[in-house]
Amino acid sequence: MRTQRPAALPMAAGIALATALTLTTTACGGGSTTAGSDSSPKTLTYWASNQGTSLDNDKQVLEPELKKFEQQTGIKVDLEVIPWSDLLNRILAATASGQGPDVLNIGNTWSASLQATGALLPFDQAAFARIGGKDRFLPAAVASAGAVGKDPAAVPLYSMAYGLYYDKTLFQAAGIANPPTTWDELVADGKKLTTGSQYGLAIEGGNVSENVHNAFMLGLQHGTGFYDTSGKPQFDSPQAVAAVKQYVDFIAADKIAAPGDAEYAANQSVTDFATGKAAMLMWQAAGPSLKSHGMNPDDYGVASIPVPAGATGSQATTSMVAGINLAVFKNTHNLDGALDFVKFMTGDDEQKILNSSYGSLPPVRSVEADPAFATPELKTLAGVLQNSAAPLPQVASESQFETLVGTAVKNLLAAAAAGQPVTDATVKSELTKAQQQMPAG
Amino acid sequence: MIRLRRPGRRAALPYLLLLPALAVELLVHLVPMVVGILMSFKQLTQFTIRDWTTAPAAGTANYRMALDFNAPVGRALLDSFWTTCAFTLLSVGLSWLIGTTAAVLMQDAFRGRALLRAAFLLPYALPVFASVITWSFMFQRDTGLINHVLHDQLHLIGDKPFWLIGDNSFTALLTVSVWRSWPFAFLTLTAGLQNIPRELYEAAALDGAGVWQQIRRITLPSLRPVNQVLVLVLFLWTFNDFNTPFVLFGKAAPKAADLISVHIYQASFVTWNFGAGSAMSVLLLLFLLLVTAGYLFATNRRRGADD
Repeated sequence: MRTQRPAALPMAAGIALATALTLTTTACGGGSTTAGSDSSPKTLTYWASNQGTSLDNDKQVLEPELKKFEQQTGIKVDLEVIPWSDLLNRILAATASGQGPDVLNIGNTWSASLQATGALLPFDQAAFARIGGKDRFLPAAVASAGAVGKDPAAVPLYSMAYGLYYDKTLFQAAGIANPPTTWDELVADGKKLTTGSQYGLAIEGGNVSENVHNAFMLGLQHGTGFYDTSGKPQFDSPQAVAAVKQYVDFIAADKIAAPGDAEYAANQSVTDFATGKAAMLMWQAAGPSLKSHGMNPDDYGVASIPVPAGATGSQATTSMVAGINLAVFKNTHNLDGALDFVKFMTGDDEQKILNSSYGSLPPVRSVEADPAFATPELKTLAGVLQNSAAPLPQVASESQFETLVGTAVKNLLAAAAAGQPVTDATVKSELTKAQQQMPAG
Repeated sequence: MIRLRRPGRRAALPYLLLLPALAVELLVHLVPMVVGILMSFKQLTQFTIRDWTTAPAAGTANYRMALDFNAPVGRALLDSFWTTCAFTLLSVGLSWLIGTTAAVLMQDAFRGRALLRAAFLLPYALPVFASVITWSFMFQRDTGLINHVLHDQLHLIGDKPFWLIGDNSFTALLTVSVWRSWPFAFLTLTAGLQNIPRELYEAAALDGAGVWQQIRRITLPSLRPVNQVLVLVLFLWTFNDFNTPFVLFGKAAPKAADLISVHIYQASFVTWNFGAGSAMSVLLLLFLLLVTAGYLFATNRRRGADD
């Protein structure tokens, strides 16, 4: 008996691990697993992504709207706001188990990956007709809702684009009249703005998603989309190496970003910009966050992110098409209610309310021109979205690309911050490693 | 009159009563384990995860990939394995040492002992996420408390180092891990110490044994059964620890602190290669079973020799 008790422990521990890793994502926390679909037509579960300044802020924004929906339709919506770090895993666990919410938010870059799982309801002609027609939405936003030639796996809900936020006061103090339009100008300005504890640019180096978004944008400027024309990954092409090196050099060679930025992963770069520790920031819809940190909208300007001098066409890309889509879980037992809810959320009134709360742009044509979205910041970002934004590769392996390349950039920034040399060779070796970790097929 | 039961029925009863436990054991442990092993022989990606039973077979491809130490995936797994071994040995060793010292020192009653004991258990009582995220703020290079104290106040270090990226991340992780697990060692050993008869010490003192001799001859041998279980449990918990590194570093840990559980999680959930992740889990399970069996065999033999 003596030995049996301890012997059970490794079994339990080992099995628990194997189970945790193969069946569910319980290990990464994230709270209760809502038993999503139900056969009751009077309730829906909704997983919302974290759009506001905090999870509570999201609840405050969404709950009054869900009440309205309940008054209109009699359907009660159970809301769960999920942080970005957990969202993809939660969706995946829901996909694998078939137990998910009825309606959920997905980052639009995951659209093709999640479409490939077959767990989301395809928005075909009929489904679009139920929510007011495909033509209500901006084409660029619909293009980021699934692979080309397939019915979209979701509909656009909030749109965003990257812009260059710059501190007018600090620019003036440094004698710089206009925001930079080329990278040479940005680096030159950045050097002028880097003095003592103040830096020219703030980046979010520990954040895998931010890293890959910037790498993708710079990649297009250098002439690569990280995939070849047949959809095969080519993460370590000379163009990709040049793009990633340019980004890492903000810390490594140009020294216009603080080494400490390499460990930022909880939006500390936004705080640094808002508090005057950094003069520039490349961000999407930063307005509400900057306001919550006490920065006056008059104190900063928003411009397009720079391009190489003389760039045209896709080499003049200044942003990914950023945004959040609304998807319906195929297993829902309340399809009618779920589609009603999608129609409600993408309706004119809700689009106005929600997008102005979150500082994002409405992907719905009829709302686009509303005066609520005519601030200088949003007009700039809308222009970027219309003229110089490209969707991340809409391929099934996109989510792996995002994490592997984003992690490679994170590692390189960490090396640069620690003062290790970052050369073309070190960049290439990190990117090659990322490519080799892509599962075959 | 007493009615006699048939002996057959009587013998069946204990087994009947065991049935619910058996069923639960099967459901909770065996089924998931078998599923995990089956999955490790499949090509399981986001395309096939929905109905994993019909996923194409992979043969031993997942295992070959995990064990090919010349390719990036296998090499990273091996690196992570060695990191985890070093981390576990240091963490368990330090936790045990601190726990034992504290338990021995706290044996004698003094004013405020109860309060101090309660304070010792605080790390154990706090939610993992809350305590580890607090550590991660303290470890921030420019704004964290650790650098503030070491650099600004005590002037122990010349330059503010990074703790959450680069090589120092191992030290940071070890610090948090020991902070979290030594109170458990302390608690267990305190319970063990209270079971040692006082008379043994009194007799030894009469015979002229000093404090060190008492510890060596009475305390440690009496604690051996407790220590056996304690070290094993700490080893398994630390080796498999997922929460601490995940909260501290996120889904991509720095290389120096890339523990195996996070690594396998990344291999399966981040790159969506669930078959490979399962194969790595099974390999890890085999390793832990082997180590545990060896440990139990060795400790029991030693105890047998002592008896």
